[in-house]
Amino acid sequence: MLWETVKLALTSIRRNVLRSILTLLGIVIGVAAVIAMVTIGSGASQKVQENLAKLGSNMLIARPGQSTFGPGGTTNDSRSFDERDIAALKGELTGVRGIAPSAQKSAKVVYGALNYDTTVTGSTADFFTVQDWTLADGRVFTEGEERSGTSVCVIGSTIRTELYGTDDPLGERLRIGNFGCEVIGLLESKGQSAFGSDQDSTVIIPLRTYHRRLAGNTRISSINISVAEAADIPRVQRDAEDVLRERRRVAPGEEDNFTVRDMTQIANTMASTTTILTGLLGAVAAVSLLVGGIGIMNIMLVSVTERTREIGIRLAIGALERQVLTQFLVESIVLALFGGILGILTGLGLAALAAMLMGVPFTADPRIIAAAFLVSAAIGVVFGFFPARRAARLDPIEALRRE
Amino acid sequence: MAPLIAFSNIQRHYGEGGGLVRALAGVDLVIDRGEFIAIMGPSGSGKSTAMNIIGCLDRPTSGSFKFSGLEVTGLSRDERALLRRNYLGFVFQGFNLLNRTTAIENVELPLIYRGSPKRERRERAVRALHQVGLEGREHHTPGELSGGQQQRVAIARAIVTDPLILLADEPTGNLDTARSHEIMQLLNRLNEENGITVVMVTHEMEMAAYAHRAIRFIDGAIASDETRIAA
Ligand SMILES: Nc1ncnc2c1ncn2[C@@H]1O[C@H](COP(=O)(O)OP(=O)(O)OP(=O)(O)O)[C@@H](O)[C@H]1O
Ligand SMILES: [Mg+2]
Repeated sequence: MLWETVKLALTSIRRNVLRSILTLLGIVIGVAAVIAMVTIGSGASQKVQENLAKLGSNMLIARPGQSTFGPGGTTNDSRSFDERDIAALKGELTGVRGIAPSAQKSAKVVYGALNYDTTVTGSTADFFTVQDWTLADGRVFTEGEERSGTSVCVIGSTIRTELYGTDDPLGERLRIGNFGCEVIGLLESKGQSAFGSDQDSTVIIPLRTYHRRLAGNTRISSINISVAEAADIPRVQRDAEDVLRERRRVAPGEEDNFTVRDMTQIANTMASTTTILTGLLGAVAAVSLLVGGIGIMNIMLVSVTERTREIGIRLAIGALERQVLTQFLVESIVLALFGGILGILTGLGLAALAAMLMGVPFTADPRIIAAAFLVSAAIGVVFGFFPARRAARLDPIEALRRE
Repeated sequence: MAPLIAFSNIQRHYGEGGGLVRALAGVDLVIDRGEFIAIMGPSGSGKSTAMNIIGCLDRPTSGSFKFSGLEVTGLSRDERALLRRNYLGFVFQGFNLLNRTTAIENVELPLIYRGSPKRERRERAVRALHQVGLEGREHHTPGELSGGQQQRVAIARAIVTDPLILLADEPTGNLDTARSHEIMQLLNRLNEENGITVVMVTHEMEMAAYAHRAIRFIDGAIASDETRIAA
């Protein structure tokens, strides 16, 4: 009986293909929007998570000036940090895994006939710990090298492939600006950063080497602090602020001339932005599902009116109210499911396309697809019920008289 | 045994106040099993109204209607649907077949609602179509059949459930004389060979002559009720 009903529903949908498809547009759009959004959203947040993990865990970043967060760094040229600030932090802070002062500069690096524009960072061996870099080969700076400002460097995988190709760079010379240094370590690849830049296009040299050979000053533009326990982050952040305030002679009540930022906090902000966006798109999708549902109700009412005589015949030959109700309900469910399936396919297609364009992973979550399927069916039930009941309650005599 | 149909003082009113229409104004009628009845009378005399009540499609305003001893007047919609499904067959003037649905599917329809298994449905539908002389036309849609053939499909659909009674409201109203006689012969055969009680409404004396009993309605009441003495 149910199968008969489903077949009947399919037949009557097939008789009005164009009308059915137009009716379904609302559901198709709604479901497609949800599927695309959720799929892209989860891919994007997966990507953000990965990127943040690459950035280093439990990380605090201190920068001079009141800067807005972003790849640009400081906005006003307030006094940078110096070696004594680092010493003070190292002396005062507890519960940290590492404190890495750093300064950066873009420079052309040259090997043989090849050159590449990249960012050169001066820092200490802690930098690798704090930023979660792993070595593919070689070693990082020794304390002696740091102290004496030896000309050694650790290079990212982009530099390696761009300049050395298949050669082994370890022990080779790399010229940075106008001084040469020896390659002592190779970094594992991290890929793109959360902001889309290539994190592997990097050369890291000891801070003192950087100051002497490249910068010509002793400025430290940022201090990365890795906190051992996540729960400790706020405390360490406060302590670091106190130390730096004292060091930089900020009077009580005066605004800090530096910032200490919690990267986890930034991650959370980004995550909540994504949530808001998801919610907004969800609302749009809900509206189009509602419109789709009303479309189904409308078309089912039209169908009931058009088929009044048919309903009369069915009732006259002994169909129960329930059977007529089921017939029309099944019809609207089949219609809605049809729209839902089209929507799921469209949504996945869009998501795959967007994932490709945005370079984020494409992961189709079967739970979301199942949910979309169920929601479509539910729309069919909810919006098909009223027309179906109208059909079931028709007076057979009246219905048969209708032309 | 209780008569198949027993009307006692059946009234059916439409509208109210000044616009009140007494479509049936107190009808007493008994129909026994195996009868072949023609209902006649002028237009608006209440023939269709009476047929609809006998067919359990409509309910009288007052009075008692017993179907095989069972009081129908108090039954719910679904209970009446069950009566129709199991004991009644309908043939209408306008054939009332489902368009774009083949003859055999139309005939199967009442069995679908009864929940009969597919094989049984097919067999019975084929047999019913055979009985009305439509073998070979099973897969034609109403649009591909003549008026007389469509009415035969409708009759097949009415008898496929082996009803106790076949109700036909002007079954030949849309057919020419030759076709009408064929339908009458078919009804006559169903009555005599299958023992189905037949009640039909007709305007034509010629067709009424096939019946064994003629009831004439005038203004919602039975004006005459004659049983033809078998020759
Ligand atoms: N649904 C209705 N609403 C109001 N009045 C109705 C309704 N159905 C029938 N009537 C009235 O009841 C009376 C009997 O109608 P009915 O259809 O039984 O006549 P009939 O004998 O079948 O006529 P015909 O030979 O034209 O088919 C008529 O006066 C008709 O107008
Ligand atoms: Mg009539």
